[in-house]
Amino acid sequence: MSAAKNINITLKIWRQKNAKAKGQIETYKLDNVSTASSFLEMLDQLNEQLINEKKEPVAFDHDCREGICGMCSLYINGRAHGPDTGTTTCQLHMRKFNDGDTIYIEPWRSKAFPVVKDLVVDRSAFDRIQQAGGFVSVNTSGRTIDANAIPVPKHDADRAFEAAACIGCGACVATCKNGSAMLFVGAKVSQYALLPQGKVEATQRVLNMVRQMDEEGFGNCTNTGACEVECPKGISLENIARMNREYLKASLK
Amino acid sequence: MKLDSKIPEGPIAEKWTNHKNHLKLVAPNNRPKIDVIVVGTGLAGASAAASLGEMGYNVKAFCFQDSPRRAHSIAAQGGINAAKNYQNDGDSTYRLFYDTIKGGDYRAREANVHRLAEVSANIIDQCVAQGVPFAREYGGMLDNRSFGGTQVQRTFYAAGQTGQQLLLGAYSALSRQVGLGRVQMFNRHEMLDLVKVDGKARGIIARNLITGELERHSAHAVIIASGGYGNVYFLSTNAMGSNVTAAWKVHKRGALFSNPCFVQIHPTCIPVHGVNQSKLTLMSESLRNSGRIWVPKKKEDAEAIRAGKLKPTQLKEEDRDYFLERRYPAFGNLVPRDVASRAAKERCDEGFGIEANDTNEGVYLDFSTEIQNKGRQAAYAQGNHNPSAEEVTKLGKKWLEEKYGNLFAMYEKITDENPYETPMKIYPAVHYTMGGVWVDYNLQSSIPGCFVAGEANFSDHGANRLGASALMQGLADGYFVLPYTVSNYLADEIRTGKISTDSPEFAEAEDSVRASINKFLGNNGSKSVDHFHKRLGLIMWNKVGMARNEKGLKEAIAEIAALKDEFYKEVYVPGSADELNPELEKALRVADFMDLGQLMAMDALQRNESCGGHFREEYQDAEGETLRDDDNFAFVSAWEYMGYDISKEMLHKEELKYEFIKIAARNYK
Amino acid sequence: MALTGLFLCLFLAGHLAGNLQLIFSDASAFNKYALFMTTNPAVKILSYLTYISILFHAVDGFMLTYQNAKARPIGYAKNNPSKNSSFSSRNMAVLGTLILVFIVTHMVNFWAKMHFDEKMPLQTITVEQMGQKMEYYVTTDHGKYYPADPAQLGQMGLEIRNKTEFYNKEVNVKMGEGYKDLHKITVAFFKDPKFGLIATIAYVVAMLVLAFHLLHGFQSAFQSLGLNNPKYTPLIKGFGKAFAIVVPLLFAAIPVYIHFFLK
Repeated sequence: MSAAKNINITLKIWRQKNAKAKGQIETYKLDNVSTASSFLEMLDQLNEQLINEKKEPVAFDHDCREGICGMCSLYINGRAHGPDTGTTTCQLHMRKFNDGDTIYIEPWRSKAFPVVKDLVVDRSAFDRIQQAGGFVSVNTSGRTIDANAIPVPKHDADRAFEAAACIGCGACVATCKNGSAMLFVGAKVSQYALLPQGKVEATQRVLNMVRQMDEEGFGNCTNTGACEVECPKGISLENIARMNREYLKASLK
Repeated sequence: MKLDSKIPEGPIAEKWTNHKNHLKLVAPNNRPKIDVIVVGTGLAGASAAASLGEMGYNVKAFCFQDSPRRAHSIAAQGGINAAKNYQNDGDSTYRLFYDTIKGGDYRAREANVHRLAEVSANIIDQCVAQGVPFAREYGGMLDNRSFGGTQVQRTFYAAGQTGQQLLLGAYSALSRQVGLGRVQMFNRHEMLDLVKVDGKARGIIARNLITGELERHSAHAVIIASGGYGNVYFLSTNAMGSNVTAAWKVHKRGALFSNPCFVQIHPTCIPVHGVNQSKLTLMSESLRNSGRIWVPKKKEDAEAIRAGKLKPTQLKEEDRDYFLERRYPAFGNLVPRDVASRAAKERCDEGFGIEANDTNEGVYLDFSTEIQNKGRQAAYAQGNHNPSAEEVTKLGKKWLEEKYGNLFAMYEKITDENPYETPMKIYPAVHYTMGGVWVDYNLQSSIPGCFVAGEANFSDHGANRLGASALMQGLADGYFVLPYTVSNYLADEIRTGKISTDSPEFAEAEDSVRASINKFLGNNGSKSVDHFHKRLGLIMWNKVGMARNEKGLKEAIAEIAALKDEFYKEVYVPGSADELNPELEKALRVADFMDLGQLMAMDALQRNESCGGHFREEYQDAEGETLRDDDNFAFVSAWEYMGYDISKEMLHKEELKYEFIKIAARNYK
Repeated sequence: MALTGLFLCLFLAGHLAGNLQLIFSDASAFNKYALFMTTNPAVKILSYLTYISILFHAVDGFMLTYQNAKARPIGYAKNNPSKNSSFSSRNMAVLGTLILVFIVTHMVNFWAKMHFDEKMPLQTITVEQMGQKMEYYVTTDHGKYYPADPAQLGQMGLEIRNKTEFYNKEVNVKMGEGYKDLHKITVAFFKDPKFGLIATIAYVVAMLVLAFHLLHGFQSAFQSLGLNNPKYTPLIKGFGKAFAIVVPLLFAAIPVYIHFFLK
């Protein structure tokens, strides 16, 4: 392990009182940040400092802090989840920064993700897309067929899993210059399209999810590929292509 | 108070079936007239909400996160147990039942655990039908791995993200019901009180975390599925928001709280790095399938390693102490979690710890043997019967990457060390809480109409939970138990009609919540909530942690009571009540942790034995193994709230009867 | 978008093949080609398809850009997109607009002249007769030449109608048809002493813009159509890159050749 050291940094953080208020970037100095700290622990440290100064701490979303719940966000120095690839903000560590650095921290910017406060945004649009069709219509009786009754090729199961690894953080939307949610929706559509259990209602699913996605005000995909690069789970663009394919197929039916 | 566990009569294997056959039903045309509240959307909550919604009840589901998909069940890594016996290695419902009772150190209810084992196979069928992408073999069949405390392969998994896949499965079922209008979802809402009318649970007070508004929600039944309370230790593998508040409010309204001292310390977590650390990260127990745990045999080697003068890879095989393999040859590195954790603590207490932090607490989890074994197997499978050492290593690392790639990547991100090259450093950390709200066989608490599911209840894991059993229990409760037992309760509610939120009971509950919020905001303190939470955590870890003793526990009780008073006097909560205010949320949660922490210490103090995760230093054998006292402590403790002073809580006991399993010493040697 | 884009790629390939005659072939072959392209009914259908494609591609592009801009009403104070996406992929709209401007100018320069210019010259050849250089119109009917000198043409009782048709004035009969000399126009355009160099540079720049547009556009079209597969996508991407470089490069070579090398 490269030995941890302490660094001093300048933070430029978007502050916004609530959804209706106008926000602005504020500057904060923070000293003695351990490089072994995670980025969010650095923000904890800032908030502790603000509270001690009787100032209002910075609101940001976070929960599991192990890169799986998808609650953390933050546009750090112009990149979703910061400079590291394949990493959520909570797993980004301060060793990626240097003494004297200035770090910009902004909320996800998307019409479909309105700012709630400071760095917190509302991502319920993703929930609504899921509600439109991101499921297999099977009741939870437990009285289905045996789990091994339909063999699933390992290759398909693995691809489905890779798509299903999406954590719904919204980095794809945040980083896409068009604010498109195609990677998120494509991953969900793909997971089910790849499995025999999901194929049954594939047509309706893709039409409904895409309709909801458009209604939410996300932009269109122009295949810049930024989402794939910034996705903390490395969800592949292949999933978008698969959704396009599924959508074409469904539209022609 | 008489505790009636309502365990059905009859042979163990028929109890649940018979019971189900005699439960009352609610006809489909009556279900839309009935409201059910579900608090929490993890595996238990989401599956319960989805199932009840499907049945036709009006369900209102609440979560404090921005989406139900964020619940901390998502972080479970290793897998889910089910008695499918797909591997043909002698597994059965009975074996899973037996392993779970034994793993829980004979402190769980037989009937509940058997039901859990019975429905376990349905869970896998259900999840596959929902499109959960479990790992598969090349033939297209489901793959299994083995976990601690068992000698069969019954764990189903999806890489190191099984909890995520299962939760997203339950979330998809829940989303379907939301889309159909049968479940109303309340994101970013926190339950802050339970409302009782005429002794029955009739609703909750929830705070809209965005607007700060206090909302009254009524229902004919309330299900609490709010997870565990590991965050009482401040540092744990729980999510930052995981809290005891919903469960504790129920407790304060009269539900008994059981076995609070039963806490699982998970052996394989990344060690603490510094004072600003906010949480601990788990490395899945599945890694113990492939890794060997060791510390240096000689203290001077441990010292040299801590000082950075010696690398673990330089230490010769004969200078390493594989202490789990040495002490427990039958199970080796796969002993249950409590056993593995204590063994690591024992070595570190003796001065063999290898981590260069304040406490030197850390041991190695080494994959080099597995790299060689699997590499050789892989080479052989490719037809290369004389692989070079390099080929073997390369293939072995590839195998590891396929199996645990995401965990290894996570480890490297956090520690900046490459676990393919150098052994992982791990140390036990608080992970799961077996204790929780007392419930009967129907998962109903001592408040009629208030059901508790998943980690929030105490029911299935006794004094120690086996790996991959938490996911099983959460889904079993939500999908396969609550729909029956809640309906049974609701059968008497079809004539009740809509419950008004204008009653004095709702007003009283809302007022008391508002008073506690205003108290915090008006407090002219000077210290942050985290300041107190960290201090509470330190007391808990040092005195109510992996090893406890009478003196420490008595100190802890006094210290926590004092800390609680100081907290109410000195805490500073910025901001206002009518906005998104994370500090206020934390303050309300920490207040409940203060109460709970003290109760945990009291519970640990009264339990004069060692069992499972509860290790009292006074009760151990010559080899340092736990000494259970079945004559005096084969009971579930159930505490009754008696007001602000927690030391006044009253202890009730539910005796545990073992009719089908012969109670025996727990031996993994 | 993807379909029209790919169709326009096909058009580019065809257009390039024809235009390369400016380098590798002589004036009459090129003018013959030009005539074929303006009269053949099949080509007509294709050319209308091309116009529609361009129009649709452009309109769709503008609409997409507008919608996408709406999807992010407030931008980032600090953004670092070069870390995750290529220049071309982020600037398709700008590149496309430039190309549209280029297409319009290009059509004004050549297409419009070819179709509507009353003063469009007809192709001639110079023949040396008795030590005298005489110019004759070339006609589609091999072997027939008419003098390019209007006086001589008049003496023969001929006049030019409908820009290219030779008519016998008295009997009102079409005697033959000349070739519009697109080759000459083209050469003159790029060799113009005043604007030739500017035009050449402008065309080369336009082709650079086209190259960037294609660099993203070609492979992107396949992705949009749902064709992404670990086996074939690298091939598509490789071919797309080659296409995006080679086609504009060859197009750009034409004005450069004419301006600097053609005697």
